Amino acid sequence: MDLNFSPEEERFRLDVRAFLEKELPADIRDKVQSGKHLSKEDYLRWHKILYKKGWVAGNWPKEYGGTDWSPAFQYIFDEERAAAGAPIILPFSMKMVAPVLMAFGDKTQQDYFLPRILSGEDWWCQGYSEPGSGSDLASVSTRAVRDGENYTVNGQKTWTTLAQHADWIFALVRTDPDVKPQKGISFLLIDMKSPGVTVRPIIMLDGGHEVNEVFFDNVKVPVANRVGEENAGWTYAKYLLGHERTNIAEVGGCKQALRQVKELAANARDGDSNLLANPRFADKIAQAEIDLMALEITNLRVMAMAEKNAAPGPEASLLKIKGSELQQTLSELMMETAGCYGLPYQPDALHADFTGSVAGPDNYLPVSGHYFNTRKVSIYGGSNEIQKNIVSRMILGL
Amino acid sequence: MNFDFSEEQTQLDDMLQRFIRNDYSFEVRQRILESADGFSRSIWQQFAELGLLALTLPEEYDGFGGSALDTLLVMQSLGRGLVLEPYLPTVLGAGLIAQAGSDAQRSSLLPKVAAGECLLTLAHSEPHSRYQLQHVSSHAEESAAGYKLNGNKSVVLAGQHADYFIVSARTTGQPSDADGISLFLVDSKQAGITQIPYRNHDGQSAADIGFSNVELSKDALIGDLNKGLSLLELYRDTAIAALCAEAVGIMDALINETGEYLKTRKQFGVPLGIFQALQHRMADMLLHTEQARSMAYLAAGKLDADSATRARTMAAAKTLTGQSARFVGQQSVQLHGGIGVTEELIIGHYFKRLTLINTTLGDADFHLGRFSDMMVQEELCKS
Ligand SMILES: Cc1cc2nc3c(=O)[nH]c(=O)nc-3n(C[C@H](O)[C@H](O)[C@H](O)COP(=O)(O)OP(=O)(O)OC[C@H]3O[C@@H](n4cnc5c(N)ncnc54)[C@H](O)[C@@H]3O)c2cc1C
Repeated sequence: MDLNFSPEEERFRLDVRAFLEKELPADIRDKVQSGKHLSKEDYLRWHKILYKKGWVAGNWPKEYGGTDWSPAFQYIFDEERAAAGAPIILPFSMKMVAPVLMAFGDKTQQDYFLPRILSGEDWWCQGYSEPGSGSDLASVSTRAVRDGENYTVNGQKTWTTLAQHADWIFALVRTDPDVKPQKGISFLLIDMKSPGVTVRPIIMLDGGHEVNEVFFDNVKVPVANRVGEENAGWTYAKYLLGHERTNIAEVGGCKQALRQVKELAANARDGDSNLLANPRFADKIAQAEIDLMALEITNLRVMAMAEKNAAPGPEASLLKIKGSELQQTLSELMMETAGCYGLPYQPDALHADFTGSVAGPDNYLPVSGHYFNTRKVSIYGGSNEIQKNIVSRMILGL
Repeated sequence: MNFDFSEEQTQLDDMLQRFIRNDYSFEVRQRILESADGFSRSIWQQFAELGLLALTLPEEYDGFGGSALDTLLVMQSLGRGLVLEPYLPTVLGAGLIAQAGSDAQRSSLLPKVAAGECLLTLAHSEPHSRYQLQHVSSHAEESAAGYKLNGNKSVVLAGQHADYFIVSARTTGQPSDADGISLFLVDSKQAGITQIPYRNHDGQSAADIGFSNVELSKDALIGDLNKGLSLLELYRDTAIAALCAEAVGIMDALINETGEYLKTRKQFGVPLGIFQALQHRMADMLLHTEQARSMAYLAAGKLDADSATRARTMAAAKTLTGQSARFVGQQSVQLHGGIGVTEELIIGHYFKRLTLINTTLGDADFHLGRFSDMMVQEELCKS
């Protein structure tokens, strides 16, 4: 056993650090570090910088233009990215639909879509959940009826993250209602500009618009935009969920949040002292750091296992549970540092072009909204209750 | 022991519940939230007509001389309705005037408060004070006319709406001294007052208020010079009892709504309530709520006790309520799944209000620290 990164990995870390220092635009970094909103253009600008460097597809094989990084490299990259204040690379294109296309798409689909994903030309969103199908995804009822060379799609998706920016949606649709639910689902690629697609915003607890309802009203989708076999979509959906889980613990993000909490606490006035000097608060940060130390190693252990087995096993559920809890704890500590300045809701001040006056120090502006928003991480991507069901069934055999 | 409410209190409670049900639905509340003021003057008039604003005021100033238990009932219902009107700052401010104000201050303000014609608020927290009650840097120097007030106050509830501020300022000593704080009644329209107004995350209005060479007359002083801290302590303890009751009202509503949701929302072909993991979570939520209810009763019951008992009880109540509110709020959101983290259901709004109640006047950690210090002190005195 050797708990150190190899010399090659350490060299790579330095390369990443140098690259981020040189290429990450200062305005984007400032927005990320001060918790301000990123626009579509911000995401795309950063995507293109990474694309130019050849680093945008950390998880893709070389043949499709990826880097073929080992899990350790991907992990190091993400840790440095978070520390530098670079935006996350959204998973929907790079980590969700692309691996499915590589594994199950036909040559035409691969040749058309993959380069456009790589370059950032197309923005994808994930159309799995429906009002009646959240945890029980196999019950999706958005209907696709075949009619010659087209499917006609009717129904509704919901919780669709950043659908307002998306060019394409990959959707689970019901093509056979008369069989076992898992046996009648197909995986369709739908152009968001198709007639009959409408997007309605859902506003989150922090006032932000990041999720949507997507409605399909007699939307025509060419059969050529079906991935793989008709009614085999569930297999592809599950394959995708496996890939989504490689960075599920968000260790890099947690480390960055931990640094921020310490800084906020050190700067939080508490009468003649500061909050970090209060042992009751310091202990809570220390506890989070201890949990994170363990999670980092657990994460690396699961990754090492995944590297041997090609995909992460049910152990990834442990990472999801602990990682989401830790993100929530850290967001709560951040809010607590603000004291009474956790109360004001000043959403306009989170836009980069805001010039008005704000109450309280700027660094408290995003903290409460962030805390409310972060309740989502134990709900999406398979809720923590569902993860515990997986752990007890698949690992413990209960 | 007897945990029954009196007949009058039961009637008051029925009336309040009816009011929230009929006149303060979630839809109505959301409409009020979007209005320019963020609260409704006509609802405020209704509060006056229902006697809520005069409930605990002395009878000689048009009040009903009600008790802490009456306030508990009001706050439970205002919690359930997520009421946006600045009830607490106004009635607590009026309570402080009734307690310590001069005859002139009482007779000029209290009848107006009772009639719904005057909003009050305490301007006390400061950018550096965090939750420390005695950390006051704002200062009032004696001047020819009386006092000259300078300083900055943070997150003053309803600061943009209040007709009068009760302002804490140092009249002698250093920012952290217990002695030397005085309270002043300040007309909000006076020259030298600036504000940054905003809404809080729970929708309530607040403002940061600056006082720059504000001229006060001698009779602006409330109570004794330099002895304001004990009034602030009483204010905080009274507020804590009320906030604990409000939190219980919200937790009751969350248990109710979440229980209903688990009975009706189906996944995997069955209602979510079938899953034992969720049943146990609900049982834990109920346990937290009942413990918080007990603390809210205890807090109301001990408001009249000697100041040491009172302080100890309120620190305990605020600690336990903060912890319970956190668990019940977070888990209600969790059990609703995605819809819980949106603005669309009342659930998320309850969660936000509970979170802010914890932060108001000191969070659970802060009061646990106070309680712990008092406990250690008691033991040391014994030996
Ligand atoms: C911010 C956000 C972004 C999202 N982005 C996307 C997206 O881009 N695309 C997409 O398709 N989806 C997305 N989702 C949807 C997400 O995957 C679902 O919210 C999630 O699967 C839970 O489903 P639900 O909300 O319907 O809750 P439900 O399934 O109704 O669950 C409600 C509660 O019951 C519990 N529960 C359910 N079943 C069981 C069980 N068997 N045992 C024990 N407890 C159970 C759950 O854990 C939860 O606590 C997003 C969600 C959020 C909040």
